[in-house]
Amino acid sequence: MQQHRFGRVLQNVWDWRAAGNFMFGGTGSSLLFLVGLFSFPEVPLPLIGLTALFFVAMGLFLVWLEIGRPLRFINVYFNPWTSWMSREAFVAVVVFVLALLGIVLELPLVTLLGGIAGLFFLYCQARILKASKGVPAWREPAIMQLIPVTGLAEGAGLLLLMNALLGVSNQGLLLLFVALLVLRIWAWSYYKKQLVIHEAPEGALAELKKINLLTLVAGNILPLLLCVAFIKANSFPFLLTIAGALAVLAGWLIKFTIVTKAAHYQGFAIMKRKRVKT
Amino acid sequence: MTRYVMVADLNKCVGCQTCTAACKHTNATPPGVQWRKVLDVEMGEYPDVDRVFMPVGCQHCAEPPCMEVCPSTATGQRNDGIVTIDYDICIGCAYCFVACPYQARYKVSKPSFAFGKEPIENEAERFDEGRINVAMKCNFCSDKVDAGKEKGLTPGVDPDATPACANACIGDALHFGDIEDPDSNVSKLVKEKPHFRMHEELGTDPGFYYLWDGAE
Repeated sequence: MQQHRFGRVLQNVWDWRAAGNFMFGGTGSSLLFLVGLFSFPEVPLPLIGLTALFFVAMGLFLVWLEIGRPLRFINVYFNPWTSWMSREAFVAVVVFVLALLGIVLELPLVTLLGGIAGLFFLYCQARILKASKGVPAWREPAIMQLIPVTGLAEGAGLLLLMNALLGVSNQGLLLLFVALLVLRIWAWSYYKKQLVIHEAPEGALAELKKINLLTLVAGNILPLLLCVAFIKANSFPFLLTIAGALAVLAGWLIKFTIVTKAAHYQGFAIMKRKRVKT
Repeated sequence: MTRYVMVADLNKCVGCQTCTAACKHTNATPPGVQWRKVLDVEMGEYPDVDRVFMPVGCQHCAEPPCMEVCPSTATGQRNDGIVTIDYDICIGCAYCFVACPYQARYKVSKPSFAFGKEPIENEAERFDEGRINVAMKCNFCSDKVDAGKEKGLTPGVDPDATPACANACIGDALHFGDIEDPDSNVSKLVKEKPHFRMHEELGTDPGFYYLWDGAE
C-alpha cells in the first residue's frame, strides 16, 4: 500500500545561530585536535590553540543566543543519559579545561587530550543531527560520515592556512588535508545519494543540489589542485592559504545549507486508498 | 499497565475543527498554536482521488524521540504513556521540534492574543508566562484525566475524564482510552477496523491510531 506524503515544510526553529554551532564548533574542535597532534611532543602555538577555542566558543555562544530561555542554560546538562546535546555540552567543558590548561601551562599532552575531547565534541554534533527524527536530511545515517569528515577537513584547512601565514611548513598535515578533501568528496556524494534512496523531501534535495557544484569544485577540487601545485612547485605557500580557506568555507556552506535550508520536516503520511470501480 | 491513546476514525471525520476549537478553549493556547488540528488532505489523481480530514497532534509515542533528545529532561513520559513537558525546566532549545516526526510542538516568543495586543477577559485570566519561549504541545488533557480518575471515572468513557478534543467531536471520530485494556473502546475499535499509525517505521510506537478503510 502506497503512502501519500504531504506537509514536508522547512523547519524554522533552528536558524543561522544553530548552524553557527555546527560550522564554527566543527572547525574549532578539529583544529584543536590537529594542532595538538601535529605539534606533539612540542607545545602548540598558543595562537592556534586559542583560535580553535574561540571558534568552539563562538559556536556555543550562537546556539545560546537561539534558546528560548537563555538564563536556564545550565539545564542543558540534565540529560547526558540520552541527549547528545547534553553530552556535547559536557564535552565542551572538558575541551576548554584541558585545552586551556595545556596552552597556559605549556603541556603538550594535555593539549592533545583536549583535542581528542574536541573530536568527541565533533562526534556529538553529528549525533545531534542524526537523532533528529523529524528531519530526514538530518537523521540520514550518512550524516555520521559527512559531519566528522567535513569538520576535520575544515580544521586541517584552517591549520594549513594559519601555518602558511605563520611560515610553518608541515608535510604530514598537507597530505592529511589532501586525504580529507578526497574523503569529503566521497562523504558528500554518498550522503546525497543516500538521501535520494531514503526518499528525503524534494525541497531538501533541491537545496543540496544548488550548492553541489560549488562545493565540489571550489570547495574540494580546487583546493586539491592548489595543493598539488604547491607540492610540484615546492613554493608559493599562499596557495595553501587559499586552499585552506576554500576548504573551510565549503564545509561551512555544507553545514549551513543542511541545517537551515535542507531541513524539511518528515511531514505527514496517509495510506493511499484504491478506489473500487463500479 | 495503562497506555492512553487516541483513535481517529478518518472515515468519519468531517473536518469541522470542533476538536481544534475545544482544545484551544480548554488549554488557552495562543493564536497560531494548535495542539489538536485537522489537516485537509487531497490525494490521488483524477479520477482516483480522495479528500480526507486528518486530526494530528502529539502522538504520545511509546518511544518518544522528543524525550530522548531533550537536554533538560523537561520532556517526560508518565506511566500511562502520556508525554509531558515541564515548562519550568525547558530551555526552549527546540531540539524536540526537529526530533518530532509529527510537527506537534510549538513555541511562542511573546504573549499574543486573539483580538489584538490586549487579552480578552478569558485570556487574561488564563495567561501563563511560563509557556513563553518554551516548547509546548498536547498533553492529552492530563489534568482532566487525572482529576476524573480520582473521582472514579473512566477516561475515554466519562467526559469528565476525557480530553476535550474527543469530548467535542461531533462525528464520533475521535476516541480516547486505554489500549492495554482489551475491553476499552479504543481496543475494540482497533481490533475491529483497518487502521494504521503514522511513521511507524521510525520506531516511535505512536499512540495515535487512524481508522481508515484503505489501510491494510
